[in-house]
Amino acid sequence: MKKLKSLFSGLYLTLTFIFLYLPILTLIVFSFNDGKGSRWKGFSLRWYEDLFESRVIMDALSNTLIIALAAALIATVIGTLTCIGINSLKGAPKAVYMALNNIPLLNSDLVTGLSLMLVFITIGWKFGYSTILAAHITFNIPYVILSVMPKLRQTGKAPYEAAIDLGATPVKAFMKIVFPELVPGILSGFLLAFTMSLDDFIITYFTRGAGINTLSTLIYSEVRKGIKPTMNALSTLMFISVLVLLVIVNLRPSGKKEKN
Amino acid sequence: MNKSAFHKKLLAGPYLVWMIGFTVIPLLLIAWYGFTARDGSFTLENVTAIRTPEHLKALGLSLALSLTCTGVCLLLAYPLAMILKGSGLGKKGFIVFIFILPMWMNFLLRTYAWLNLLDDGGILFQICKRLGLPTVSLVGTNTAIVLGMVYNYLPFMVLPLYNVLVKIDENVINAARDLGANSFQVFYKVILPLSFPGIVSGITMVFVPSLTTFAISDLLGARKILLIGNIIEQEFSTANNWHLGSGLSLVLMVFILISMAALSHYDKNGEGTSF
Repeated sequence: MKKLKSLFSGLYLTLTFIFLYLPILTLIVFSFNDGKGSRWKGFSLRWYEDLFESRVIMDALSNTLIIALAAALIATVIGTLTCIGINSLKGAPKAVYMALNNIPLLNSDLVTGLSLMLVFITIGWKFGYSTILAAHITFNIPYVILSVMPKLRQTGKAPYEAAIDLGATPVKAFMKIVFPELVPGILSGFLLAFTMSLDDFIITYFTRGAGINTLSTLIYSEVRKGIKPTMNALSTLMFISVLVLLVIVNLRPSGKKEKN
Repeated sequence: MNKSAFHKKLLAGPYLVWMIGFTVIPLLLIAWYGFTARDGSFTLENVTAIRTPEHLKALGLSLALSLTCTGVCLLLAYPLAMILKGSGLGKKGFIVFIFILPMWMNFLLRTYAWLNLLDDGGILFQICKRLGLPTVSLVGTNTAIVLGMVYNYLPFMVLPLYNVLVKIDENVINAARDLGANSFQVFYKVILPLSFPGIVSGITMVFVPSLTTFAISDLLGARKILLIGNIIEQEFSTANNWHLGSGLSLVLMVFILISMAALSHYDKNGEGTSF
């Protein structure tokens, strides 16, 4: 009975694994295909050459990284400060504040993107870098707050008040006592915001200007026209870099296991 | 002390302004566009436009496909999360990591991967041809769209489920066994109710994006299949009728709100476990 169960488990894991990785594997294999279609025409690196020579793709890549990094940084700073503010609020104002904060999380990306687009048009904010950045910060802050808030609640008020009683200024007491406790939450909030930004398509699609692309919007406009082997090459490189990054993160000595 | 508490409250100020500017006013604008005609007069036409056969069909299809996708994801993810929970301690981190890794690939590249597989003359097509099987192109069918949705959103179901399942105290399960419950009863009476918060957040994280998607249906539907997301997107990008687009978005929002309210009924503690 037990053997049957573990056999079933193994089979189930294998099948799901195939389902998840077969599409990625075919992308990778066909990125080395000399032909354009899905017939194997021999090994070639031509799509990789095309990829690195393409100004459009390289521009989109740098836009994506810059926007994701900037949006995540700004959102982390605003989000962390806001958490301290929210923590000193009580009752109805706090509930209303948290409800407002939850709107972008509950709302679909489609409506968030469209509504931001309408605002930018209404106030005459020119579409481009700054509109994408503002939009990304808007949907990132709630994730930062969600990651930092629990840590702040765990910290409690007593150590902070003790430091004040012993003569520390509020700022010093905060930096020495509270902030170190928040660091794991701040870091995971930042990472969450960064990955959300990297992967976002819908909100960027509605808030970008005509001349500017992130990887997501570029891939969308390219792929709509059909199979593009350069996109296979791009997928392969992205998959490998994500894999390497995550393996490094996962293999680092886990002395202090973080409880989430 | 009072002074410093006041200073702390000030820290919540900037983001309050930000939220009003980028969350509240935008939604009010959608409502304003949704309830006005081009000349600025009040009208319900943009909202009631959902009743036209074309829009009703798109909304119905969106609901059907996203419900199918959510159901399939739940059925696939629950056993997977249970197996991951039960797998050996040492390698657990790594196995879980393997099953959520595709989540970090770009969303559109994940969809593109299925286009590669399913396209007319695509890889599955070639394989079937070689093996002498009947060749079908799935691109442009509802099946392809559901496949694309499930593939994209499955990790969003696995993760919250896994997170609640590993938190269930083994002692509770052992206690149930000691008291004479069989495997089925343990699952039905103990594990399933305790995992409800994970089910709820998994369902929300899969249902909402699949109900409102327009990219998956656009790429894998060969632009033949219109979901409500495609219709709204087209009103804004090509048809340039923001009023109608906003009106339909409002209807879509109501649908999402109703389903959230129904779901939160089951998640009484309000414990979001998605992260």
